[in-house]
Amino acid sequence: MGLSVDGGKLEVLQTHPSDASAELGRWVFRLASAVLILVGVLQILDATGVADFGLTDWRPFLYAFLLWSVALGAHQVLTRGEAGQQALFVLPGLLFTLAMVIFPTLFGLYIAFTNWNLNGASSHHFNGLDNLITLWNDAYFWNALGNMVFYVLSVLVQYAIAFGLALLLNAEIRARKFFRVAFLLPFMLSPVAVSWMIGKSIMENRFGPAATLARYLGWEDPAFFTSPWIARTSIALMDGWVWIPFMIIMLLAGLQALPNDVKEAAKVDGASAWQMFKAITFPLMLPASMTAIVIRIIFELKLADIVINVTAGGPGGATDTVSSYIYRVYRDRSDIGYGTTIAEVYLILIIIFITLLLKATSRYMRKMV
Amino acid sequence: MELGQLSAEVAIRASAKGRPREHAHSGDLARAGGRVFIYAALIVWTFIALFPLYWTFTTAFKLGRDVTQGHMIPWVDFAPSWKGWQSLGLSPDSIFQSWQSRDEFVKRFVNSIIVSLGASTLALALGSTVAYGLSRFNYRFGRWGNKDISFFFLSQLILPPVVLAMPFLVLYKALALLDTRIGLILVYTLMVLPIVIWVMRDQFDTIPTEIEQAALVDGCSIWGAFLRVILPIALPGMVAAFILSIVLCWNEYFFSSLLTGFDAQTLPVMVASQTGSQGINWWSMAALSTAAILPLVLIGIFLERYIVMGLTAGSGK
Repeated sequence: MGLSVDGGKLEVLQTHPSDASAELGRWVFRLASAVLILVGVLQILDATGVADFGLTDWRPFLYAFLLWSVALGAHQVLTRGEAGQQALFVLPGLLFTLAMVIFPTLFGLYIAFTNWNLNGASSHHFNGLDNLITLWNDAYFWNALGNMVFYVLSVLVQYAIAFGLALLLNAEIRARKFFRVAFLLPFMLSPVAVSWMIGKSIMENRFGPAATLARYLGWEDPAFFTSPWIARTSIALMDGWVWIPFMIIMLLAGLQALPNDVKEAAKVDGASAWQMFKAITFPLMLPASMTAIVIRIIFELKLADIVINVTAGGPGGATDTVSSYIYRVYRDRSDIGYGTTIAEVYLILIIIFITLLLKATSRYMRKMV
Repeated sequence: MELGQLSAEVAIRASAKGRPREHAHSGDLARAGGRVFIYAALIVWTFIALFPLYWTFTTAFKLGRDVTQGHMIPWVDFAPSWKGWQSLGLSPDSIFQSWQSRDEFVKRFVNSIIVSLGASTLALALGSTVAYGLSRFNYRFGRWGNKDISFFFLSQLILPPVVLAMPFLVLYKALALLDTRIGLILVYTLMVLPIVIWVMRDQFDTIPTEIEQAALVDGCSIWGAFLRVILPIALPGMVAAFILSIVLCWNEYFFSSLLTGFDAQTLPVMVASQTGSQGINWWSMAALSTAAILPLVLIGIFLERYIVMGLTAGSGK
């Protein structure tokens, strides 16, 4: 799914800046770096109580970092000329992302090995592998991880439904625009609103239309969120309702990009619709299908909002996702240390899983094509 | 890519017109049956997709007894009432009076607008330049080439919010950014940046480099060519990326619920906090949900083209 580097590159005459401007650039950068380090040191001294400069927060360091970023940009342009101007295109985004991701991730690693609790005693300290041992013995975590397997597998069902609907939208139909908009709308809604609209009102036991329908169909005492498997399925249904439109759109784009002449040829040969789908459409759609499924799985691994708002993980953790469990660890126990440990372990598991998934799909594709 | 889609659509339409005639004699009945099935399936799914919306919109005008008795159709089996909207201070009789619950709602609504627009704008500015750079130049940052930079940005997509949430909580506390809109804007920018880069990269790759080459010959600098020549051409992609970002930011709940409190809280958190309380009336909850989703439903109806364009970026190749 990585973007391939294609398309032409721009040929630009490289210019070399004069010695004076290069010298200026170097000095600007040195000065800004000195300021950054100085502010950093002052902040650390203030925070550790060695000296008191009356700093209440770390904002000054943030401003120093912004200044340093600007200086780095100026340094690039002044010392490298044309190449520096080109670097200026990616530099802001790169610095922003690095600052926003790398630091919190590293900081998270530190938190994960402490007993940091926002409620507890004021100080927190390093507690080694305690959090990991707790995690190993935490039945709720393993249970949530097991649920993730279920939710990820439910993506395949969503894919099957979405493929069918995309085929329908791609057929010769009237009012295509109307159907496309209608099919898209669930995707636009916030999961929190969906939690109420579907989970808390339509699926409500007494007055919800879904319960009424279920009673009419012979389910005497419909309850969508009390027994584990039904609750899990209900969550998966809501999640599917929100995300199937996304897959429809991706698959429809794939279908529309298919070469028409192949299909025409098959039609002339007198192939039935099912034969045509099996022999032509489905194999040709494999790349688009794989992309859609992989992206959807990546998003599915973050599933949390609906679970938090409809069942809060219940009954007894049956609907918990890893994210919603961590949310509860934080919300109910204010246990930042342990919550972060789970999060970091989960991240590692995700990275391993996604890497294997990408490897497997690319091998599968090579075999098929 | 727009052009490609258009031509694909034209081709489909054209073949749709031509095909039925050619085969008109072979199995009319089966074909008619097939068409009935297609429309039946389409209508069933339309019902599934739209019923929750219909339910929410109508419930916002119901009273308790209409809900308990399962009434569904306004004016036919229940008389619409403004009660739900009144609890938000948005009914005709309350809208011109000062109303406490409305102040709360308006505050959250404005927060959502500012945060969504702010984050989308910032992400678009940072993302388009990155995407343009990666599309046009060869970079070397130490051992990092273009591919690695692209991968670095896209790999942010797999990062679940929980991993960053708690470090951000501590970090924002230290930076005095907790419960501020600017803090939330920064997090949301981070969240949508990979998507913006993806969409814009796809857009820039479709623009031939000859266009800038000509501008450069005319004496433009590369930044001048980018701002004055390329950006106007890339406008559809920018709109698509911007709208997609707005949708994602408007609906975001996780970070907002952890990083904001009294001041910067957004609409989803307000909806969620109301859902949690047991005694809440269905009509006011429905009115609140309706108000929260209405802007996006309108975007979905009128800007569908751009959302589809944003979501399918990169898949056309």
